[in-house]
Amino acid sequence: MSWLLPLPVAIPLLTAAAIVATESLLPRRVLDAVALAAAAAATAFSLLIMLHAEAGDVLHWFGGWRPSGGVAIGIDFAADPLGAGLAALACGLVTLALLYSWSYMQEAARLFDALMLVFCGAMAGFALTGDLFNMFVWFELMGVAAYALAGFKVEELGPLQGAVNFAITNTAGAYLILIGIGLLYARTGALNLAQLGRMLAGHPADRLVIVALTLVFVGFLVKAAIVPFHWWLADAHAVAPAPVCVLFSGAMVEMGIYAVARIYWTVFSSPLGHAGEVRSLLVWIGVVTALVGALMCFLQRHLKRMLAFSTITHAGVMLVGVGLLDPKALAGAANLVLSHGFVKGGLFMVCGAVLVRLRAVDELRLHGAGRAVPWWGVLWAAGAVGLIGVPYVGVFLGHALVDDGATARGIAWVQPLLMIAEAVSGGALLRAGARVFLGWGAKDDSLLTPEPPEEPPERDAAVAPMAVAATIAIVIGLALSVTPGLEVRTEHAAERFVDRTAYVAHVLRDAKPAREPRPPFTVRAATTESWAYGLAALALAALTAAFGLWRHRLPELFRAAAGRALRPPVEVLRSAHSGIVGDYLLWLTIGTAVIGGVWAFTLR
Amino acid sequence: MNFLAYGVAGWICLVGFYGAIVSKNLIHLALCLTVIQSSTYILLLSIGYEKHGGAPIFKGVKLGTTAVDPVVQSLTLTDIVISVTVIALILALALDAHKKAGTIDPDQLADFHG
Repeated sequence: MSWLLPLPVAIPLLTAAAIVATESLLPRRVLDAVALAAAAAATAFSLLIMLHAEAGDVLHWFGGWRPSGGVAIGIDFAADPLGAGLAALACGLVTLALLYSWSYMQEAARLFDALMLVFCGAMAGFALTGDLFNMFVWFELMGVAAYALAGFKVEELGPLQGAVNFAITNTAGAYLILIGIGLLYARTGALNLAQLGRMLAGHPADRLVIVALTLVFVGFLVKAAIVPFHWWLADAHAVAPAPVCVLFSGAMVEMGIYAVARIYWTVFSSPLGHAGEVRSLLVWIGVVTALVGALMCFLQRHLKRMLAFSTITHAGVMLVGVGLLDPKALAGAANLVLSHGFVKGGLFMVCGAVLVRLRAVDELRLHGAGRAVPWWGVLWAAGAVGLIGVPYVGVFLGHALVDDGATARGIAWVQPLLMIAEAVSGGALLRAGARVFLGWGAKDDSLLTPEPPEEPPERDAAVAPMAVAATIAIVIGLALSVTPGLEVRTEHAAERFVDRTAYVAHVLRDAKPAREPRPPFTVRAATTESWAYGLAALALAALTAAFGLWRHRLPELFRAAAGRALRPPVEVLRSAHSGIVGDYLLWLTIGTAVIGGVWAFTLR
Repeated sequence: MNFLAYGVAGWICLVGFYGAIVSKNLIHLALCLTVIQSSTYILLLSIGYEKHGGAPIFKGVKLGTTAVDPVVQSLTLTDIVISVTVIALILALALDAHKKAGTIDPDQLADFHG
């Protein structure tokens, strides 16, 4: 089945080239349909690869350059269920986004289709490759397509800021990755992940390995929008067209998290035998990211920016799942990526539809205006509830597994903090939904940050394809927690993901692991603890939303005291999100130095 | 010799970051990114350097002749190709910024914040 592997990359890339070449020859709708078919085909092949990979990793050596004597010479794609699943998620979201843009991107342009397909192919390649430098190349290709898509509506000033900040911070991060890769190559003479892992095994980590670890991780954490590297994400999301935001939040950010997990388990897990210090740092920055994202989410009135900060919250939780360095928590992170990708994608689609129908994406300006479009209100509410972690809905399964992993690793204190972060960011979404679609709450709120308005697309955009795409995304996202067999399968896949020796033996010596029996299609009952956390999150989210809506009805004395206590830290946090790219690069430099410094002292 | 090359690479990288952080001009900022990028060239090429090594072209060369590492050279080439695209895109955005806003100062372009 190894011939399948290049297809999810080759089909979108070749179709993109064909679309650009035939732009002036074929009518627009034909090209749109071709792009949609290519993305759907890439999704189907990724799913097929994922099913095959359940029985054992699928390998493809390009040009037939197989390893000889246990030494990798060529470049390989190595698909395991989690990697192939991520590729399928990315391609699936591209398909939905292209369906959505059928009517949303009117003036658009086939260039848009071509860029979306390049983005799709690059993400699939990134998720499937088994070579570190190849990973960097896909990372950069993904970046270039993404920068162009973020600034797609260049007639306005807003997109320029978002695209520039996004391009510059991510490029700087990519150079850090490249330096890290260079250092690893200098030490091992290898670029293949399995080969790197084998060469570094058995030696304790020295300074060079620690520096390489820091640089590579920081570079990918920039893409994953982890505090203090997250600044670009809100700027890019605020200005990018809605279907592009679907991919940024649903798949691209998750690629950064995936890269950290993949590279840690294949390359660094062996030299860093005492991984406790790596774990504690990753878990800490994950928790801080989740809390900062939640607070900033609550302070927004620009709906897309609000969703962007909610993505930062969830990226933090995913990083905790990966950073716990535990297979169960990793399975949780994988499930979280999957359900969050669809739900958040659906919410961005709702945002785009609101912009088309109601001509704005500002919570206060739209006060009560959403009563005219009840279906979008239902979708928004369903999506917001799906992100809170209510039992058996949306991100619940991923959450419960991350919590289980945290308990297993003896750091149960992260559970309440993550629950609070999710509840506050979910509550902010509920508040915005209630204000826009029901007209509840105050008409003005000085707490929320005013932002420049977004130029809506033409009024006559047909909403039918948009409604279909958004409904599919949200229904899939919500149903994932009760999909029979998903939990067992991700847990099996995560256990294989962390098994470095089996991966190395399979890639370098073609030693196939024993075939496991197919796991059953069942839904496990949630533990009492997960139920308690899920319901507490729902209650807290409702409280948060009510606080946002009816704060002015609280007693004056209480409000003044709360204002005095909360105002200063909130203002500091708000002013740190300055929108100036130089500040972001300064944070990048400081963050790299601090993370590297901490690891240099603790990992010796 | 090697330590000097690594030191130079590190220094250029830091200089590039400093320039990018304080930059008040998008074109200058794009060039600072290419400065950071050139540090990666120096690093990669010095990793593959062999004393008295020739170019890694093995046609008509005696077996066992020392040559520099060709892998890092291809990494450098790939890096150049990718970065040209990125820098071109940033410069195009700078051009657009000048057309729309009449400025290429990133501080003045910052509409969204907080």
